[in-house]
Amino acid sequence: MSKILIRGAKVLGGAPQDVLIDGETIAEVGSGLSAEGATVVEAGGKILLPGLVDLHTHLREPGREDSETVLTGTKAAAVGGFTAVHAMANTFPVADTAGVVEQVWRLGKESGYCDVQPVGAVTVGLEGKKLAELGAMHDSAAGVKVFSDDGKCVDDAVIMRRALEYVKAFDGVVAQHAQEPRLTEGAQMNEGVVSSELGLGGWPAVAEESIIARDVLLAAHVGSRVHICHLSTAGSVEIVRWAKSKGWNVTAEVTPHHLLLTDELVRTYNPVYKVNPPLRTEADVMALREALADGTIDCVATDHAPHPHEDKDCEWAAAAMGMVGLETALSVVQQTMVDSGLLDWAGVADRMSFRPAAIGRLEGHGRPVSAGEPANLTLVDPAYRGAVDPSGFASRSRNTPYEGRELPGRVTHTWLRGRATVVDGNLA
Amino acid sequence: MKRHLISAADLTRDDAVLILDTAEEMARVADRPIKKLPTLRGRTVVNLFFEDSTRTRISFEAAAKRLSADVINFSAKGSSVSKGESLKDTALTLEAMGADAVVIRHHASGAPYRLATSGWIDGAVVNAGDGTHEHPTQALLDAFTMRRRLVGADAGIGRDLDGRRITIVGDVLHSRVARSNVHLLHTLGAEVTLVAPPTLVPIGVEHWPCQVAYHLDEVLPKSDAVMMLRVQRERMNAAFFPTEREYSRRYGLDGDRMARMPGHAIVMHPGPMNRGMEITAQVADSDRCTAVEQVANGVSTRMAVLYLLLGGAVFDSKATSATSPAPARTEENK
Repeated sequence: MSKILIRGAKVLGGAPQDVLIDGETIAEVGSGLSAEGATVVEAGGKILLPGLVDLHTHLREPGREDSETVLTGTKAAAVGGFTAVHAMANTFPVADTAGVVEQVWRLGKESGYCDVQPVGAVTVGLEGKKLAELGAMHDSAAGVKVFSDDGKCVDDAVIMRRALEYVKAFDGVVAQHAQEPRLTEGAQMNEGVVSSELGLGGWPAVAEESIIARDVLLAAHVGSRVHICHLSTAGSVEIVRWAKSKGWNVTAEVTPHHLLLTDELVRTYNPVYKVNPPLRTEADVMALREALADGTIDCVATDHAPHPHEDKDCEWAAAAMGMVGLETALSVVQQTMVDSGLLDWAGVADRMSFRPAAIGRLEGHGRPVSAGEPANLTLVDPAYRGAVDPSGFASRSRNTPYEGRELPGRVTHTWLRGRATVVDGNLA
Repeated sequence: MKRHLISAADLTRDDAVLILDTAEEMARVADRPIKKLPTLRGRTVVNLFFEDSTRTRISFEAAAKRLSADVINFSAKGSSVSKGESLKDTALTLEAMGADAVVIRHHASGAPYRLATSGWIDGAVVNAGDGTHEHPTQALLDAFTMRRRLVGADAGIGRDLDGRRITIVGDVLHSRVARSNVHLLHTLGAEVTLVAPPTLVPIGVEHWPCQVAYHLDEVLPKSDAVMMLRVQRERMNAAFFPTEREYSRRYGLDGDRMARMPGHAIVMHPGPMNRGMEITAQVADSDRCTAVEQVANGVSTRMAVLYLLLGGAVFDSKATSATSPAPARTEENK
């Protein structure tokens, strides 16, 4: 069995300690551990976190291998410090059967860079009309527990109610892409001062908030848990805060880009800033940061959405929605939450590993950094500063809104069950 | 440095007055037996139209031809664009053909801005209407018409529209003409009031340099010019207003309403008019309606724009500086 000694790492930002990995497991955490027979990684005061878990990743395979594959997407995840990602169901074909989720699950196993937990579609073909075989997907080798029509909203209240109820049988959760479809017909960006000036179709905050309000009430009514994807407005925060104050089983995620960027960027008409839900206002950004800090929002999820160059190298209306995010997520969270003093590194571990794993009922991830636990670990150098250079991305796509922007922090090492997937910032 | 006309908001007061003054000179050409200047001989102007607009296209075509430019009309319909060719490839094609100026009409807001800032072409870009964003040459020809009528053709030279009260009525939400006019008229010192049912007023309009009113009759006596916007009948089906007749009753301009305007006030319409909808035939055919005059002024104004752009004047300082995106306000490390 191979041994690795991580020497002098600030575990979750605490005092420097040594962590000994033996095989797939953390053998010991303490000071002055023996390096005998072990490969030594000098952490030198870097931050050691549990491997990050993403609840919301688009790996695009099967169907859009020109933008990403399970292999390239999991490489990008490893570079970003992730040891598990949830692969969204809006592939071609849609992951709405046991066959497709097992295919994605198997591709994840073969990649070896990161665990891939497939998400199953709630409805057949993401069409919102007929429930997909949720039980079959759960019972499959993929063991699906998170169901989502992400990209589309389950807007029919009855379908949503039934889905919430049905997945209780196997402790599943429905992750809702909250977007009232009629209010967002032709929507191109956040509806507000900027959209009116630019003449771009508006995506009003109320289209998100009205669905969240309905769904927390539905979840309460049927006693189910519901998860809200990529929450993006100050009003949504208020609704989730209220639902939680009632003791209802509601969880929510926020993307890194909604923690940093605003709709002012759309004035460039550069489609790299086109994303769904859209970039909102500064007031929304501040409310989201505060909500992530106080726990109203449970976790950060990337909504990593790769697109080929030609789908962004065009006029705004013709461009695809979405941004890649796996390789920059932790840096954005460090800048917006840690360096701003809103969250400490233990908080980052909670919001990017413990809680997303708990929401997804994912075993072996989001565990404490202590003896006997699986060695899923991420070592971060928070002192690093560097401009984002998409040409070096492991992802097959380059549609990042951060090109050239200086962001803090860098993942230097990632271990998946004791095997290094990233060493000194490079894929192992 | 590249020179473009993308947005009326990019024009300073002096830029705008220069264009209007130049347009007056161009208008004199139209009165000559031979309506042609040799100024742009050997230069190529491409009319790149992704959206049908015969009126705007022939106006630019006439303007370019009166300046002796070679004109190429590129209509997206029936071309490779309708077979899925991208804006980028179309632009690269035009660049390879040596276009000195590209006049672009596009259904997507921001397409001219992308064309001007993406590095796909070197020529000047003139926005001939993009989606629901802007139509700056329409605003310029409207301002030209207002200055002629309200200040005077000769008396107006060197002057703006200081203190003139302009009312714009109709579908502001979907109107690029209204957006460009609000920017330009404000720059020229006019006081603008938008009148529309609340469903057709954009969110955030309180940040625009204008007033908003919901009742036409209250505004008419205080207007020096009333601009009626075309209202698409399809809007009715999207519940922006209940029926055509109700819209016409509340926001249409008829003879009785026109009588409430001051004696000197004019009625404007960018065309094409929906007679019986936003404007009655009585108003449209009256001496106070400048719709036909606007068409003639459109050629003069577009001549002035092409002349100044291709002749080397620079009036898009904002557009060129905006090519490097401003950092997000929320960024922590300044």
